[in-house]
Amino acid sequence: MPGITREEVAHLARLARLELKDEELDHFAGQLDDIIGAVARVSDVADEDVPPTSHPLPLTNVMRPDEVRPSLTPEQALSGAPAQEQQRFKVPQILGEE
Amino acid sequence: MTVTELVSYEDALASYDPVMGLEVHVELGTRTKMFCGCSTALGAEPNTQTCPVCLGLPGSLPVVNATAVESTIRIGLALNCEIAEWCRFARKNYFYPDMPKNFQISQYDEPIAFNGYLDVQLEDGEVFRVEIERAHMEEDTGKSTHIGGATGRIHGASHSLLDYNRAGIPLVEIVTKPIVGAGERAPEVARAYVAELRELIRALGVSEARMEMGQMRCDVNLSLRPHGTETFGTRSETKNVNSLRSVERATRFEIQRHAAVLDAGGKIVQETRHFHEDTGSTTSGRVKEEAEDYRYFPEPDLVPVAPSREWVEKLRAELPELPRVRRNRLREQWGISQHEMQSVLNAGAIDLIVATIDAGAPADQARKWWMGELARRANEQGTELSALPITPAQVARVCALVAEGSLNDKLARQTIEGVLAGEGEPDEVVEKRGLKVVSDTGALSKAVDEAIAANEAIAEKIRGGKVQAAGALVGAVMKATRGQADAARVRELILEKLGVQG
Repeated sequence: MPGITREEVAHLARLARLELKDEELDHFAGQLDDIIGAVARVSDVADEDVPPTSHPLPLTNVMRPDEVRPSLTPEQALSGAPAQEQQRFKVPQILGEE
Repeated sequence: MTVTELVSYEDALASYDPVMGLEVHVELGTRTKMFCGCSTALGAEPNTQTCPVCLGLPGSLPVVNATAVESTIRIGLALNCEIAEWCRFARKNYFYPDMPKNFQISQYDEPIAFNGYLDVQLEDGEVFRVEIERAHMEEDTGKSTHIGGATGRIHGASHSLLDYNRAGIPLVEIVTKPIVGAGERAPEVARAYVAELRELIRALGVSEARMEMGQMRCDVNLSLRPHGTETFGTRSETKNVNSLRSVERATRFEIQRHAAVLDAGGKIVQETRHFHEDTGSTTSGRVKEEAEDYRYFPEPDLVPVAPSREWVEKLRAELPELPRVRRNRLREQWGISQHEMQSVLNAGAIDLIVATIDAGAPADQARKWWMGELARRANEQGTELSALPITPAQVARVCALVAEGSLNDKLARQTIEGVLAGEGEPDEVVEKRGLKVVSDTGALSKAVDEAIAANEAIAEKIRGGKVQAAGALVGAVMKATRGQADAARVRELILEKLGVQG
């Protein structure tokens, strides 16, 4: 059974706003399937007594007190923005013409 | 756009049973954001409260705000929820410029609080139990300004501008289980639920929950099913309904709209809808074709939250009296009806009246001033009662001046007017405006003599034993003294001078 289908890769590409050509889809579907297959081997060694793990460290409850720390200046915050206007990040049209 | 002829509300309810789901977002009133130390203060200049964490810059790492976690647990406990022994945050992936990270940190299948309920009391006193599915922690998004469109709306805009001061402010999302069995009272239940939740949030002190400021926002999910059927119909999701009145109107409108579509043999499209305050109607937003493919996964940058049972029990023990319980207790103490209490609640006057009573005023007097003169003035000025420039202690002082006979009702109103106008404390206003009731015999005697001289016919009647006619002379004296005379003393003097017994 394949780890991921070509259709699933196409779907993920669309969600990630990646425009993939047909041959790219074939290419990546094969690669991703190999990768998933390799990672899936972990399940072979992990028995029922090993729960799925999202964090490698046995830590919980890392929290900070509710105390204000200095923020960036707006100039610093906007310094990496490709475009700005009225001290705000300027982004292209969100909704296309419909 | 297709315009649907609505079915009348009564006809809709005759055929269908409404099922609701309410999602409420509350911005917590913490000093800092959910995952970084940026200030949450309102009204700051754009992009002055951001840092690498809330801007999603590479290499930055979020750290959870302890107070936000505590506030969420307290909300969960007040909603009779179970509190997770262990839970994680999750990434909700989507592309929209309101989140610079391209994902929102939220909670997915492991909410910190779940399985609770909130009892809400309707206007006639009936209690309706709304079951709570979950309450979870997440972060707010930035604020978009759309440029170039005719009305500042996203449609037709040429580009948009983003202010990320709000991005990362702690949010708690509270989701109900499907609310069934409300029938024709569904819109009323929806409103009462949001109102009660707002009271609860305020009582806990975790947020001001001001809907007009966007600190509390409601999404109304609604579907209809034919009477006698069990399966739920397809639902619509009306987003960002931002006042109590709108919650009720949006629910009612959607019931009528769904019924019209279903009656005509049509199908309800599962979609997001927008509510319009001006018309009370909703219009179609985006259709959810790709049924929420957010690809949630456990947030790798945050370790799990595992609230100890000791902490949870400590927070439970410290919960304040719940608003509904408190209202019923006060209602009995004040000896007023359910309906009157509802008016006090709607006016936002409960805490003000309690504070006025605590400052020494009798309950009926405290209630009279806040619900009468002051409510009228707040209404005239279009402000909240609590925003009036008068304190409960000042109102209590006015009540005391009335009780000791220094002021009558009319003078008390003028005193309050002076306080509201910034003329100082009640005693100063009385002093400066010369409002004290005149009960001094010397000062009143002349006015009484004049009134008798000017109304000889009435005086004669009184001499003849028609004591009730004295009212007319009292009125004349009051008029002459511009309402400042002590009416009871005036009456005594009149009768004395005319030689009759009161």
